[in-house]
Amino acid sequence: MKALSQKRRHPLAAIALLLLGLLVTGGLYAVATTVNQAKADTTTFSASDAQEGGKLFAANCATCHGMGASGTKDAPSLVGVGAAAVDFQVGTGRMPMQMNGPQAQEKPRQFNDQQTQQLAAYVASLGAGPAIPDASLLDEKGDAAKGGELFRVNCAMCHNAAAAGGALTRGKFAPALAGVSGQHIYEAMATGPQNMPVFNDANISPEGKRDIITFLKTIEANGSPGGNDLGSLGPVSEGLFVWVAGLGVIIAFTIWLTSRTS
Amino acid sequence: MSASSTAEVPFVPKTKVGRITDFVDERVGGSGILREFGRKVFPDHWSFMFGEVALYSFVILLMSGTFLTFFFDPSMAETHYSGSYTPLTNVEMSVAYNSSLNISFDVRGGLFFRQVHHWAALLFVASLGVHMLRVFFTGAFRKPREMNWVVGGVLLILAMAEGFTGYSLPDDLLSGNGLRIIDGVIKSIPVIGTYISFFLFGGEFPGTAIIGRLYVLHILLVPAMILLMIVIHLFMVVVHKHTQYPGPGRNDGNVVGYPLGPVYAAKAGGFFFIVFGVVALMAAMFTINPIWNYGPYDPSPVSAGTQPDWYIGFVDGALRLMPGVVNDFHFEYIIFGHVLTLNVLLPALVPAGIIFTVLFTYPWIERWITKDNREHHVLDRPRNAPTRTAIGVAGFTWYCVMWAAAGSDLIATHFHVALNDVTYWLRTLFFIGPIIAFMVTKRVALALQRKDREIALHGRETGRIVRLPHGEFIEVHAPLDDYKQYKLVGFESPSPLAAQPNEHGVVTPKEKRRAALSKWFFEDRVAPATPAELEAAHGHGHHEAIESSEEHKSLSH
Repeated sequence: MKALSQKRRHPLAAIALLLLGLLVTGGLYAVATTVNQAKADTTTFSASDAQEGGKLFAANCATCHGMGASGTKDAPSLVGVGAAAVDFQVGTGRMPMQMNGPQAQEKPRQFNDQQTQQLAAYVASLGAGPAIPDASLLDEKGDAAKGGELFRVNCAMCHNAAAAGGALTRGKFAPALAGVSGQHIYEAMATGPQNMPVFNDANISPEGKRDIITFLKTIEANGSPGGNDLGSLGPVSEGLFVWVAGLGVIIAFTIWLTSRTS
Repeated sequence: MSASSTAEVPFVPKTKVGRITDFVDERVGGSGILREFGRKVFPDHWSFMFGEVALYSFVILLMSGTFLTFFFDPSMAETHYSGSYTPLTNVEMSVAYNSSLNISFDVRGGLFFRQVHHWAALLFVASLGVHMLRVFFTGAFRKPREMNWVVGGVLLILAMAEGFTGYSLPDDLLSGNGLRIIDGVIKSIPVIGTYISFFLFGGEFPGTAIIGRLYVLHILLVPAMILLMIVIHLFMVVVHKHTQYPGPGRNDGNVVGYPLGPVYAAKAGGFFFIVFGVVALMAAMFTINPIWNYGPYDPSPVSAGTQPDWYIGFVDGALRLMPGVVNDFHFEYIIFGHVLTLNVLLPALVPAGIIFTVLFTYPWIERWITKDNREHHVLDRPRNAPTRTAIGVAGFTWYCVMWAAAGSDLIATHFHVALNDVTYWLRTLFFIGPIIAFMVTKRVALALQRKDREIALHGRETGRIVRLPHGEFIEVHAPLDDYKQYKLVGFESPSPLAAQPNEHGVVTPKEKRRAALSKWFFEDRVAPATPAELEAAHGHGHHEAIESSEEHKSLSH
């Protein structure tokens, strides 16, 4: 004790004390936030979440989906669609729907994360359905090659082999998948939004979905090895390019070469 | 020069190189050939260079294709990918696809050469097409060049065949889908279709033989035929001499332009490197046929955006336009146990059949209607042959409607319209588009002729307004120079040729039909301004000076 009391007037004592204080505060904060994180990852919602969600639902969604989400002639019942469906539709801005049309269009989202979670909690409380996926399925560390095979067999006929999107009948379409978060991709597969079929866990296992997300994120990060990808739209954009740019440049050269005589 | 000197004093070369050259020349006669070819005259016009672009693209294709054959293996044996493209690691695939991926990712310069080859292929067929359009719209297919027009048509078909066989080689999902469509089309041919398909694929589709067979066709048979046709084509170009656009001093008996050597040869040689440079730039900067995106061929999946390369697009588009059923009317019949699927057979074969039949026979059709048996070396300006131009534009429009239909899904997504509506509109345009195009083009051509006539008679509008002493305002018209004037008045404008009796004094029904077509062909015409009209127009004008030169021109006309 004596040694300590003797050194308390040491020039470095204040700095040591400060470091100690910062370390303790930082450590406590780190522990506290990881506790929070863990709590957010589990998709068990509190009763107040569902309650708040119910209020949001009544104010913003019930006009079409009906009180209690039981559905009207304008929109389907949401009983049993699950939290994943709400997180996808509201999280990508597709709901509330901007206008009627062949399918709900993506737009800037209207609710923040907390409100989206509350809405999800409310809809999940109405009946069992697909839950928001666990973070371990979204880590993009699956097998990209296997995901690619699954993607080509199950998804490419609408979304295009390079996930550049494609047309469906009567104004419906499959959107391009670049820039879509892994969580939303997973939820889309699990719930089948708009005109997309449902790929439940019996069709494509959760690991398979993880592989697909890994594949999509891998090709997105890879970019185009052969230069500008011209939209990854296949031979149509290539043909258009050769006719407009290729032949255009060559015609300019032919005019230049023959311009000396009239 | 050397020929005359050898006649008197034998030419003795002084240097070693000279002796070797002389030795060779005495035995192969190179200087004679060079002298003859060096004097060939080529008229200068940018639109005359598309044939050259096609030729140069073909040379690029031969060179880049040879490089690719060093590394490509056309085997359909099964393997697992172990190259450097990780999203396909350990995926089951054919050796052909595996080697295509290796060319793309593990052979130095391989991807560049693949892209050079593919871009050059697209450019090859595109320049062929534009060249044929130029020949058609300027009337260059007329006597004596009808057969060369047919050779050109054969080249177009061979180029499409060459392109399609090449498109199928990498054995990726896209090319496999294309082959499946061809297989379906072949099988839709009544009775013999299935037999042909089994013969071609060595059994049921896809089998294990097709890639190897297409490879042999692609690198051996079809290129050899293309080369042969190019030789025949160029030989006939030399025999016929080049056509030229109308202009002062140009007639059916001469060619006005540069001799091949040295200026034109230098230009043409340089142009090869320009074409090569453009193709190389495209290959270096823009990806084409990213086979790694499509994955190995597997008969079950079909990707969105599956289309053939552009030159097969019109057939694909026709297939897309054909309805499966109309109300309750089906297009599929079973006759004596044989299935007849008209909804595949009709769109796949009929439009292409019509296009190529008309293309091959058009020179003879027009010759029959016009009874024009003269040689033509001076071209028509498209507006001065309104009906031919209208026929050409109608045919081109029809082709373009089918071509657009091949991209109907991308039209729908990129213009935010419904795919069904795109199909309905294109179906309508398939029938009325050519008719509208014919009428509009003919009217535009006639209107341009009237404008030409107006300018020939009254000169060019200067935009300068002058007030005369008595108060009248007039716009000053400037006279054209002789060259421009000649261009506007120096063309033929045939009038309808009435039915004529044959040697027995009988007007045959066929002759009556010909006369009716001749009337349809030439009825609407704007005659070029005659010398008398020109004189009258300038007589009351303010340009007495020009008149003497006009008169001079009228004599040559």
